[in-house]
Amino acid sequence: MPKKTHPSENQGGAVLYRLDPIVMKWHYEIDYIHSYAQDSPFFAALAEGRLLGSACGPCGYRYATPRASCMQCGAKTAWVELPSEGKIHTFTTCYFGGEAFLKETPFTLILVEFKGFDTLFLSRFVGARRVRIGMRVRPKFRRMSTFQASDLHFVPV
Amino acid sequence: MRSVFMISGGITKFKKANIEKDFREMVKEAFDFALTDVPRLSIKRIDGSVGSYFSDHFTRQLKAASMVHDYLGLCPKPSKRIEGGGATGGLCFQAAWEAVASGRMDVCVAFGFETMSRVNTWKGNEFIAMASDTNFDYPVGGFYSGYYAMMVQRHMYEFGTTPEQLAYVSIKNHRNAEFNPYSQRPMKLTVKDVRSSDMVATPLTLLDICTMSDGAAVVILAAEKQAEQLCDSPVKVTGLGAGTDSMRMADRPHGAVILLPHEKTEDYRNLKYPGVHSFRGGRSAAKQAYTMAGIQYPLEELDFVELHDAYSSSEIQTYEDLGLCKYGEGGKFVEEGYPFLAGIDYGLKLKKVGTLPVNPSGGLLACGHPVGATGLMQAVFAFWQIQGRIKKHLGNNTLQVNKARRGLIHSHAGTGTYITVSILEKP
Repeated sequence: MPKKTHPSENQGGAVLYRLDPIVMKWHYEIDYIHSYAQDSPFFAALAEGRLLGSACGPCGYRYATPRASCMQCGAKTAWVELPSEGKIHTFTTCYFGGEAFLKETPFTLILVEFKGFDTLFLSRFVGARRVRIGMRVRPKFRRMSTFQASDLHFVPV
Repeated sequence: MRSVFMISGGITKFKKANIEKDFREMVKEAFDFALTDVPRLSIKRIDGSVGSYFSDHFTRQLKAASMVHDYLGLCPKPSKRIEGGGATGGLCFQAAWEAVASGRMDVCVAFGFETMSRVNTWKGNEFIAMASDTNFDYPVGGFYSGYYAMMVQRHMYEFGTTPEQLAYVSIKNHRNAEFNPYSQRPMKLTVKDVRSSDMVATPLTLLDICTMSDGAAVVILAAEKQAEQLCDSPVKVTGLGAGTDSMRMADRPHGAVILLPHEKTEDYRNLKYPGVHSFRGGRSAAKQAYTMAGIQYPLEELDFVELHDAYSSSEIQTYEDLGLCKYGEGGKFVEEGYPFLAGIDYGLKLKKVGTLPVNPSGGLLACGHPVGATGLMQAVFAFWQIQGRIKKHLGNNTLQVNKARRGLIHSHAGTGTYITVSILEKP
């Protein structure tokens, strides 16, 4: 579906693209030195094939994502392992996307609900032609961790 | 707080790419348009500005709003930039209101723009997706259309909303835009056209989703005395509200519905709210704005709505957040014809046409969505509706809502992370 309307992305330097008006193509690239900071234990656990959420002691709210402090009461949360399986809360199959993910289309995004947890977890779903709300799924982890949220996806139970 | 009035507005045509004008010149065009409409207003009488654009990535220029402010000849008067994703324009409108209501300025210019054509569409999708959590959401396949598709899938599951009902929104807004020369993508469509266009993220097709645009819009707000002196038919801003939600959709609660004055707890006995099917930020914004404007029954007391339909699905979700119908009834609301304009042939059989026109301008779906300009563009169309000057500015009267006295504008960011609602009225 994507049509080529502009010059390629990765050519360096400033290039004259068209005249009248004069349009230039500028290249721009960045390396960020990005810290996961207080969320680091989540990514370390991914490398060990474990999925961590956050549990609030004082108010009992349980998050299926890392949140170092509780959105409900402001207290510090503790790390807690998510159950080994969950259910699809909602889904979509993407046939288009941002440049970084175009080559991976079509891919299926899901939000997963876990028993005993108050919030959901965003991931991808792989391994079945049909996907539906309520389907039981379990996480599958990349063997060689890249320390990113894309290190896991979900498959049918 | 002082009363605040809108005294003028101006826009450029929204288009895929405007390479003839940079962002400063686009805003200047909209600014001159607004000034022409109030000839008694000289630049000397303007006390300052608030500028809005969403993305420094698209602009490839930090502090671009400073460049616009100086280009308009407003230095050394006060100015600042407002940024809040898709709601940037709505937040800018409200910031200008605050400047006048507080007494800090008597006349304030709100300007907004976006130049999205500067990158390829898929690069643009990537920039927009960076307005989702870049640790947890973006790396999974960051794509806003995907997020909205997941939300509407759940809406369909909870309430039985159908893809055909989404198509009705697309048909309405694209058809309305055929009478708006400023719109980017006017079209006469059928349900089949919408459903058979390219699938982007199930169930959303290319025609369920707004396009990227270049464009600018300007709103001029003034205190009562200045409004009376400068403008022969000022429009009063009578209500404002704003709401928020967590950046990660996954983190949203599943609790009790925030009720509007005309709703009861029993209406929503088994509904877990907002989950991912509804925008509690929108509900919260509406509730504040209705309270301030003294609105009890929005469906009866509003004459039209310009809302943030970045997706056909989010228009349906927003009917419900704004209380135009109950949660769960948004699909039926459009299918029965409530938000359609009377007097236009949409090629659909509709029972309740013209009850409360929503997005008579064509909305984001068909006007385009140059992010920083969008929320202000809504204010400009609403202003003309209430002034009764749609014909003067659009060249035809088709979109003029009969006896439009009070309108609502709604601006929306992220997956519902910032949402503003403002009410404009004939004083």
